[in-house]
Amino acid sequence: MIAAMADYIGRNYIQILEQLLTHLGISLLALLTACIIGIPLGYFASRSTNSERLLSIPFQVLRVVPSLALLVLLIPVMGTGVAPAVTALTVLAVPPIFLNTIVGFREVPEFMVESGVGIGMTEQQVLRQVRIPLALPMILSGVRTGMVEAIASAALAAKIGAGGLGELIFTGLGLNRADLLLIGGVLVAVLSVGCGVLFDWMTRKLLKYKY
Amino acid sequence: MIAIEYQDIVKKYEGSQAYSVDHVSAQIREGEFITILGSSGCGKTTLLKMTNRLIDPTEGKIVLFGENIAQVDPVVVRRRMGYVIQQVGLFPHMTVEENIGIIPKLEGWDKERIHQRVTELLELVELKPDEYRTRYPSQLSGGQQQRIGLARALVTDPKIMLLDEPFGAIDAITRLNLQNELMRIHQGMNKTFLLVTHDINEAFRLGNRVMIMNEGKLLQFDTPANIIRHPADPFVETLIASTKEQERFWEGIL
Repeated sequence: MIAAMADYIGRNYIQILEQLLTHLGISLLALLTACIIGIPLGYFASRSTNSERLLSIPFQVLRVVPSLALLVLLIPVMGTGVAPAVTALTVLAVPPIFLNTIVGFREVPEFMVESGVGIGMTEQQVLRQVRIPLALPMILSGVRTGMVEAIASAALAAKIGAGGLGELIFTGLGLNRADLLLIGGVLVAVLSVGCGVLFDWMTRKLLKYKY
Repeated sequence: MIAIEYQDIVKKYEGSQAYSVDHVSAQIREGEFITILGSSGCGKTTLLKMTNRLIDPTEGKIVLFGENIAQVDPVVVRRRMGYVIQQVGLFPHMTVEENIGIIPKLEGWDKERIHQRVTELLELVELKPDEYRTRYPSQLSGGQQQRIGLARALVTDPKIMLLDEPFGAIDAITRLNLQNELMRIHQGMNKTFLLVTHDINEAFRLGNRVMIMNEGKLLQFDTPANIIRHPADPFVETLIASTKEQERFWEGIL
């Protein structure tokens, strides 16, 4: 088995590398989109319970739809390829980012805000100097969850022709070849764990006051 | 020169029957150290927060150095004043230097000037500048944090300092040190200090005049000696009696 895997990798490493990069690309694009959507929405939702309730409904509904179902459902709307895959992964990654952003902003202590206002900061300055930095650890932990989820689920994207490491897995399934399944599965796991570690390292650099 | 003048100040919160601050009038001269004494809910903090427009009065006028603050942008009012709170409120993601220098930075001072000013202030609050300026608040003790809070409030050299129970969460020995330090700082400059406390010893020790408040009303506003000699109100009498009682308790132990 190991020999078969090594043999396959030896002959196809360029293709595997390509799949790996596609996988990473799709996931990160989805993550970026999810941040652009999730963080501002989370911020606005944190400012009142009404807007939170209103904005939470679509995400709660979407969360119940399995990712594979979502991918297939998007085919009639967006066809196949990278676009529907990124869309589905974005939908998957938004909830943890959105929800953590709400909690992050909600948990900024009132006295910190008062302290900023009291020494003479404007609304804008309080937001930039106090609220955002204090909400950041929570937001980043949401982004991390979203990232791991996107990378893991991106394997399904191959099902609708978006490429990535899922190709190896689905080919392995189709041909009943355990070596391909294993290569694909392990690489997805390594990618996901590796990105998690890298993200933690960057978080520590960014929030060095906490460590 | 009158630094702060409260003209018939009333604060009533929506949906509440009682006055939070009930027709308070007082004049504070420049350079005085005024303490406001009262139990929680007596309106002392509300009165303090109206002074820098964190809260606006329902009725009445607050005049600072001849200017009605209702007509000044709240941000401008606050930048002219130092503000210190019990929870200190240092920003955990900023170093000591960044915390002290945040308002100067927002006002566009250059780096060198901020650095200089932070050095001066750290020396004033007796923390070694080079040892402390790069620390984060979590690396300081409670007393050190409040020293930095004080330094931050003094950074723009304000004429008025507002202190809301600044030593309320600090142990007794450190509190005594900080009180001495605060008096020393006050003596060294012609600033008006307004300090809110529920600790009668602190109020009488620090204030050259004391405002005693209860249920929103200003009961008495006089020097500590005059208040003890001539309590103007049954509440003040009880307050002083209970303190004397406590003193006897201490002596009784020996």
